[in-house]
Amino acid sequence: MKTTSAAGGYSPGAGRALRLTVFYVTATTVSLVMFLPFLWSVLTSFKPDNEIFAFPIRWLPSHFTLDHYRDAFTTVPFLRYFGNSFYLAIMGVLSNLFLGSLAGYAFAKLTFRLNKPLFRVLLMAMMIPGVVTMIPSFYVLMHLPFVGGNDWTGSGGHGLLNSFWAIILPGAAGSFAVFFMRQFFLTLPSDMMEVARIEGAGEFRIFWQIYLPLTKPALATLGIFTFQAGWNSFLWPMIVLNDPLKHTIQMGLQAFSYNHQTDFGPMMAGALVATLPILVLFILLQKYFVQGIAFSGVKG
Amino acid sequence: MIRSRKLHAHQARMAYLFISPAILLFSVFTVVPVFMAFYLSFTNYDVLSRMDWVGLSNYRKLYTDTLLWQTFRNVLFYTVIFVPLNILTSLLIALLLNKAIRGVKVFRTLNYLPTLTSAVAAATVWLWVLHPEFGLLNGFLSYFGVTGPAWLSETRTAMASVIMVTLWQAVGSNMVIYLAGLQGVPDYLYESAKLDGANAVQRFRYITWPQLRPTTFLVSTMSIIGALQLFDQAFVLTQGGPANATKTPVYLIYQQGFNQLQMGYASAQAFVLALAILIFSLINMRLSKAEEPIV
Repeated sequence: MKTTSAAGGYSPGAGRALRLTVFYVTATTVSLVMFLPFLWSVLTSFKPDNEIFAFPIRWLPSHFTLDHYRDAFTTVPFLRYFGNSFYLAIMGVLSNLFLGSLAGYAFAKLTFRLNKPLFRVLLMAMMIPGVVTMIPSFYVLMHLPFVGGNDWTGSGGHGLLNSFWAIILPGAAGSFAVFFMRQFFLTLPSDMMEVARIEGAGEFRIFWQIYLPLTKPALATLGIFTFQAGWNSFLWPMIVLNDPLKHTIQMGLQAFSYNHQTDFGPMMAGALVATLPILVLFILLQKYFVQGIAFSGVKG
Repeated sequence: MIRSRKLHAHQARMAYLFISPAILLFSVFTVVPVFMAFYLSFTNYDVLSRMDWVGLSNYRKLYTDTLLWQTFRNVLFYTVIFVPLNILTSLLIALLLNKAIRGVKVFRTLNYLPTLTSAVAAATVWLWVLHPEFGLLNGFLSYFGVTGPAWLSETRTAMASVIMVTLWQAVGSNMVIYLAGLQGVPDYLYESAKLDGANAVQRFRYITWPQLRPTTFLVSTMSIIGALQLFDQAFVLTQGGPANATKTPVYLIYQQGFNQLQMGYASAQAFVLALAILIFSLINMRLSKAEEPIV
């Protein structure tokens, strides 16, 4: 079992060379298997149609074409879907960063009687599977009073259904965001707070000007998490958004691949466009991606 | 003394103010819905008109609902195969790439890339990879003279395809979690084991695996909860077919609740699924604990 050699160093000489070779061959094979579907879809998206449907596989296109990207954007309002998803994901990030850190700070740094019990309830709620709250959340959104044509009893209209609020509000202050930020605030010392209070700073100023700037790495990690979750979400937007102009990019992509089952070129182009923002985020902020996952691993 | 008490009261007021938006949203969109789901499961709510109390009749109906039990069989089969494979693959890759060797970062990145795709985008890519005539997988198999099946449209292979796709997407982030876990295993354990003459397999069995127990617990719990709620990939890849072979409980609940508008009944189904998730998580907890005395 070569893999278990993770534990130790290498014996000198020929043994070492052999092990290195085995390592590189195995690692390359595994990584290629993981990477190939990705590479293949990229290549497909630039291939002329007759080369897409070729047997045996034709890897490299004879010439690169952007036709499939044009098709993807003209057969369906893909740009609009892209914008909708972007707006929803950004709203999710902003609200979770602000409300999550505000509440997380209070739970970590301020003393109040319900601190422990409320936090425990939040933690417990993180265990509830989303499928349980799916139907009643729909009901709640439909019957919120005074919005979307509803009267004070919450009937008469369709409430927040079919509006972006139906996605933004339920996810605006996720329990995970509160928990995550609390854990980070706990690692910061409390004496800065005491000093600031003596100097006469208000509680919100202490939070906003002293503590929040210290949590930038945590905010970056949480922001990435939230963006990715918002951008990738599929089932809930499909439930609450009926208006075709409000559809998200994931809904658009699914509908496209369902309605144009043989147009693999545009399909791959669409899938790549739908992955692009996350990919760009990853390239820019790689370090925080890994930190975030490692955090969840260490806490487990 | 009085001043400090005043200060505390002020602090507490501010604290409640700070948590109020989060707690308000949490109450409206989590606490209320949980209790409501329970109530709805005893009604015939259908969005349009009715919401009458029907007692246990939804739960009685569950009992004879053969489609529901088929979706449960499907997702249990999926979970039983997917979760161990997920743990095994991500652990093996993490062990392989847990080295300070040139190029290891490139390998890690390549393995991590699939996790950046959304479920829908990944499934879309794999619709093409699994294409029976011109797809990547069957094209590959043909190099070896094997004629691959029509992966997504045969009952035998449809679920296997879903497993493949979700595995491809899940392994990368679990690899990172395992890498973090491996970094936490103290070096002196390996050094003293080597002095005692333990070989690589023994070192893995008696040091690495037990030390990674919390990590494995985390990975398995998360992947069980995710697996039992499988939806996106099954929806995009196969629309639950062929012959309901890949239809999952969440899929059925979605259809029952939002296409056929039987929301009361769908709520009852959701509770049964939640119960299954709870049971599986508890079994998993037991299994992780049971391992302690052995090592």
